[in-house]
Amino acid sequence: MNIVVFTKSTPDTAAKVEVDGGGKVTWGNAQLVLNPWDEYSVTESVLLKDAHKVNTTAFAIGDEIHNDALKQALAIGMDNAIRIWDAGMSGQDSLGFAKSAAAAVKKLGDVGLVIFGKEFVDVGTDAQVYQLARLLGCTAIGAVSKIVAVDFNAKTIKVERMVEEGKQTLTAPLPAVISVLKDINEPKSPSFIGIRKASKAVIPVWSSADLGLGEAASGAAAKVSTVAYRNLPVRAGQVEIIEGGSERERAEKLVNKLLEEKVI
Amino acid sequence: MDFLLTEEHLMAQKMVRDFAQKEVYPTIKEWDRKQQMNPDVLPRMGELGILGISIPTRYGGQGYDYVTLGLACEELERVDTTLRVVMSVHMGLNSLALLQWGTEAQKQKFLAPQARGEKYAGFGLTEPEVGSDVVNMRSTAKRHGDTYVLNGEKMWISLATKAHHFLVVAKTDPAAGHKGMTAFIVTNDMKGVTTGDLHGKLGVRAGSTGWIAMQDVEVPLENRLGEEGEGFYVAMSCLDNGRYTVAAGATGLIRACLEDSLKYSMSRKTFGKEIARHQLIQQKIGFMQQWYDAARLLYLKAGFMKNRGMRNTRETGMAKWYATDHSVQAALEAIQIHGAYGFSDEYDVERYLRNGKGAVIYEGTSEIHQLMQAEYALGFRQDRPLRCEMPAYDPSWQEG
Repeated sequence: MNIVVFTKSTPDTAAKVEVDGGGKVTWGNAQLVLNPWDEYSVTESVLLKDAHKVNTTAFAIGDEIHNDALKQALAIGMDNAIRIWDAGMSGQDSLGFAKSAAAAVKKLGDVGLVIFGKEFVDVGTDAQVYQLARLLGCTAIGAVSKIVAVDFNAKTIKVERMVEEGKQTLTAPLPAVISVLKDINEPKSPSFIGIRKASKAVIPVWSSADLGLGEAASGAAAKVSTVAYRNLPVRAGQVEIIEGGSERERAEKLVNKLLEEKVI
Repeated sequence: MDFLLTEEHLMAQKMVRDFAQKEVYPTIKEWDRKQQMNPDVLPRMGELGILGISIPTRYGGQGYDYVTLGLACEELERVDTTLRVVMSVHMGLNSLALLQWGTEAQKQKFLAPQARGEKYAGFGLTEPEVGSDVVNMRSTAKRHGDTYVLNGEKMWISLATKAHHFLVVAKTDPAAGHKGMTAFIVTNDMKGVTTGDLHGKLGVRAGSTGWIAMQDVEVPLENRLGEEGEGFYVAMSCLDNGRYTVAAGATGLIRACLEDSLKYSMSRKTFGKEIARHQLIQQKIGFMQQWYDAARLLYLKAGFMKNRGMRNTRETGMAKWYATDHSVQAALEAIQIHGAYGFSDEYDVERYLRNGKGAVIYEGTSEIHQLMQAEYALGFRQDRPLRCEMPAYDPSWQEG
């Protein structure tokens, strides 16, 4: 039985991401890191591996910069890492990603659970979670905050997920595709033994041809294409300190001001 | 000549960096103000394997090389000197000395639990009235059969109240000068051992510094490290490793000053432009970059020599002297760049200055190091072979 995580290298969340003069997105010299949400999905996989003696595989779809994320996943304790890529995949949309991911899951075989972090922070989307589940014909469960129980023999999973009103507990058959939130665990750090293994690992690459994808998942087939990036407009703000003898007076002045400006 | 670090080096460095930045940095100011050590730090460093980073796996360590130890120290002190001090005493001054001088039984009994992070280790050489002139120490060890009885006091001891094991040097023959000193492994549960913390230090306030008092402490013969009369050589070889960690750490402190100054100077504006556009700010930045690059090359050279089992007393001393002196200068410049903000603890640079000042005093004052380097250059000082040389790094450290 395999547990699969899809991950990628993304700019550190502390990095200043902006559009440069040439219209390209840049994060300066900031390091690429394991997509921060994937610290939770990778950790959860390793915890499940330890508890259930299953095999864990990390996939990334993208060029060689994503080897860093895969190696980090290995260093944290995942068993295998595979990168999916060829030049034709450049410009893939989330559906292309999901098609590639589905083919990889099928090629790996015997996958009981696919775990994503909440989202990929660079593209800010989790559409691929649901698209992959649809393509695999299995259940998608987003915003999972706890895996209550999982039985890989009986092929069932029971989870808690965050909903607007609070928490929801639900069960689903396996295989399933889930995305996890911060509450699910305390992310594991890489171990020195894991680092040694990861640093020596040669990451295999599966191409479209290896996955039998043809043009379906290529960048050219993308229904969504990015036309241009723009920086957020610079906000011009003014600060006004509201003076007054008492809290009530200051509050009244503030309310009048907000009414004047038609804010409320 | 190869200046490239391996992927293993880089990943280990990142792991230590992430620990320091994510787990220690967020509360360091609070612990520094309280003058207390965060109680989570030592257990977590043990859990992550940092406390056994350069000890062979057969003795409970992680089996990484000396360069990795240096990289780890740089990352730790980038965040706070107290973290690197832990490595200096636990690893540099104690664990590596056990690896070099210890019997197999001592390695199994003392080194292995230290490398696994189950026990913490300290080093007792300095005394209330004896620092650089170590040969004049007052602590004594008198042999009675298979037992030595130790008396004396050790001062400015890092982890004094936290460590379980101490490597202590005492006089077995007070008339024999440096040949009358012997090293012992003293444990904190031995009768007659008391310890305490010192407060009111200028820096390293989030760390643990204290004293050890020994009153008729009975230390069994099997706890003697090296031969009787070999203590001076044991102590000096400990310093070769301790100073290496200090050098690498101080390099991290220079980097902290540089990185914080880069960030601040690009955001703070005066006279209508970022202060980084002013030439006198650039002068300071240029110097800091120069000091960082030079300090890093010096400690990596020492690490390279350690990996090959080459005697490195001279090179390690140079790295320590250069890096610590320049970390203090870098902190002064960083404060100047930060202006009034640098003068308050709202920013970290004042802490860098307070922390950096200690390292130009301990493990050989800058003055001692300057004299040593002059003596090497003049041919007045030569390093003689030791009965037990520091082992070269061996890939078999990763096995077993």
